Order: sequence, then C-alpha cells, then structure tokens
Amino acid sequence: MGVTIDWGALGMVFFVSFGSAIGVIVLFALGVSALAGLNSAQSQAAHKVTESPWARPVAMLCFLGCALVVAYGLYLIIK
Amino acid sequence: MDVIVLFVIITALVFDFTNGFHDTANAMATSIATGALKPKVAVALSGVLNLVGAFLSVAVAKTISSGLVEDTKITPAVIFGGLIGAIVWNLLTWLLGLPSSSSHALFGGLIGATWVAAGADAVHFGTVVSKILIPAVLAPIVAGVVALVGTYLAYRITSRAHRATVGAGFKTGQVVSASMVSLAHGTNDAQKTMGVITLTLVTAGALAPGSGPPFWVILAAGLAIAAGTYVGGWRIIRTLGNRITEIETPQGFAAETSSTAVILVSSQLGFPLSTTQVCSGAIFGAGAGRRLAQVRWSLAGQMVIAWVLTLPAAAIVGALAGWVAETGTVGTVVVAAAGLAIAGAIYALSRGEPVDAHNVNEVPVGAPKAAAVTSV
Repeated sequence: MGVTIDWGALGMVFFVSFGSAIGVIVLFALGVSALAGLNSAQSQAAHKVTESPWARPVAMLCFLGCALVVAYGLYLIIK
Repeated sequence: MDVIVLFVIITALVFDFTNGFHDTANAMATSIATGALKPKVAVALSGVLNLVGAFLSVAVAKTISSGLVEDTKITPAVIFGGLIGAIVWNLLTWLLGLPSSSSHALFGGLIGATWVAAGADAVHFGTVVSKILIPAVLAPIVAGVVALVGTYLAYRITSRAHRATVGAGFKTGQVVSASMVSLAHGTNDAQKTMGVITLTLVTAGALAPGSGPPFWVILAAGLAIAAGTYVGGWRIIRTLGNRITEIETPQGFAAETSSTAVILVSSQLGFPLSTTQVCSGAIFGAGAGRRLAQVRWSLAGQMVIAWVLTLPAAAIVGALAGWVAETGTVGTVVVAAAGLAIAGAIYALSRGEPVDAHNVNEVPVGAPKAAAVTSV
C-alpha cells in the first residue's frame, strides 16, 4: 500500500494558516486595545490609560487590515 | 428510473441534513457560549450561510470517493449502504454529544459497502491512511497550535486595555469569524451531497457522464444542509462551547479565526482537513492559550475515541446495509425501514435529556460551569 504524505504541503498548510490567523488576531487585538484605551480614557478619567489622538486612526487601520484578509478569504471561498 | 436511485437521492438529502446539524457546532459553538450571538440567531445565520455556500462554489466534487475506493465499483446500492452507515453514525455521535467528522462517516460507509460488494481489493487502504488517518491526527494539532498562540497573543496585547471594551470588541469580531467558518463549511459540505446525487443520476443513465449537478440538486442539497444547520445539533454545540473549557470572547475569536484559516488554506493547498477536527482542535488550543483557564482534557480523549471509531463503525453499518440493499428492491426497502427505526430510536433516547436553544449553555451537574462571559 502506497502511503504518501505530502509533508511539504502539510508544512505549507501550517505556516500559511499560522501566519494568516495570527496576523488577523494580532491586528484585531491591537485595534481593540487601541479603542479600549480610548474608551476608558473618556469614560473614566481616573483610569490611567495612555490617551493618544492616534488611537482611533490606528484602530481603524488595524480593522481595515483584518477586513482585507477577510475579503481575501471570501475570494478564496467564492472563486 | 430504478427504485434504488430514488432511495439514494432521499437518503443523500437525509445525510446532508444530519451533516448540517452535526456541524452547526463547528462554526457557532463558541459564539453561542460567549453570547456573541443568541442561540437561535446563530443557527439561523449559519443555516443561511450554508445555503449561500451551496450556490457559491462551482468546483463540483466530480468524485465522491476521493480515490478511497475503486470508482468503477461504486453502484447505487453501495452509495445507499454508505449513506445509511454515515447517517447512523452521525445520529449516534450526536446523541452522545460528540463532534465527529461527517465526511469520515460518509467515506467509512462507502468503504464498507464497497468492500462487501467488490472485495477488499477495491478499497485503496494506502489512500485511506494518507487521506484520512494522517490528516485526522494532524488537523486538531495544527489548528490547536495556531489557536493557542493566537489566544495567548490576544490576551497579551489587550492585557492593559479596558477589559469590558476588549470583550465587546472581540464579541463583534466573533460574528464575522463565525460567519466565515459557516460559509467555508457550506461550500465544502453541500458539495459532497450534490456529488453523491449527481453521480447516482449518472450511473442510472439519467444524466450524461461528466455532467454538473442540475439546479434542483443544488437547491435540494443546499436546503437540506441549511435546514439541518438551523435545527442545530445542540448537544454537540454544548460540548464544544461549554464543556471543553470556559470560553471568553477573545478565545472564541481566536478559535474561529484559526479554524477559518486552517480550513481555507488546507483546501487551497490540496490537503483538505476535516472541519470538525480543525474546529475542535482550535477550541482546545484556545482553552490552553489563556492562563488559568481550565481545559477538560478527558473530553479530548472521548473525542479521539469517537474519531478513531468513525470510519470503521460507519464501514460496518455501510457494509451490512449495502449487502442487504444489493439483493434488490425488497432489500433496499428493508434497509430503509431499519434505518428509519434506528433513527427513531435514537431520537426517542435523546428526548430523555433534551438539549435545545434554551439550555445549551447550561452544563450538566458535575461539569465546571461556564459563565456567559461579557467581559474579559
């Protein structure tokens, strides 16, 4: 019985899915924490969080990055 | 048209239905557990996306056996037996609340039915090892490692941010990530049933060889899997969402994102991995990735046993069903009646301890309680 395991393909599966999933999770986490810092700074003045005018644009940029990956995922599903 | 062809079409749609409710958990379990989606909303969304998925992909499964058995030896009786084996196993694992691969059940059924119909030579055991056994071992590990690292990083990055806002942010993200898993599932699994029905129509001479599925086949398969998804396999949803570990929204997001990535990448690179095993592995990984999270590894043992048994168990039922069905119309009717009786008995047993949209997040006595988490 010819058991053939394509270790190359498997390695690719691991690294590509690792890269894309971790990329999205990290971007999303950065975006969320940028927003969360902003929110808590506004809502609870006593809370010591770095308030930066960049927080919202940075968050939007992060979410845009996630959206692009999702769009590519959709393209892969639909094509 | 032979009676057997009609039986195969109906049975294929029934299998598609069980495939739907067996796999609702893959996409929606963590979203339901974290409260990102209300149970009924989650299954409705997943059902719609499965229906959409059925129409999206044009890559029709030309071969239903994926080279596991000699395609020329497949007869309608073999397909019928295989489907019965797969349905019985899907129902039994649902009763036990265990996620197991619907594809493996179908392949197992087909292997068993082919074996008795055409002998062991018609089964390609090397392909069984390389296409089913090895991926079954690797799928949960790959998805688990990705989800583990993802969860760890998500908590690390957001550790100093306002907790409630972070929780709410990931909750929103989960709606998208769960939808992606559902859509990817719909494009893959509805195709399987379309392939089965189309192949049967071709062998019966109702369609020219090499034909794509007719519109009514696509519609019927899409509706069957969507209906199954909407009914929801609440027992399996409870296992994946609440019994493995207490899931918070960043974990749910990490698990679903990892699952989507692994499913899409593996099918793109020609190394398709079982959706069920990927999603289960990702949830264990997400559980292990959060510090202080309690993961019930004993449940992993039970799942692995179910995964190991899926193929041989479905094969035995498939072999028996195919063998009786081969004898002619009477045999086919007998098998169908037996299948209905078993399904009825399993349903009756499930009423003893029903799990539905209302109590899906309540964990049985003795198991660690998972809170409906709104904050991180």
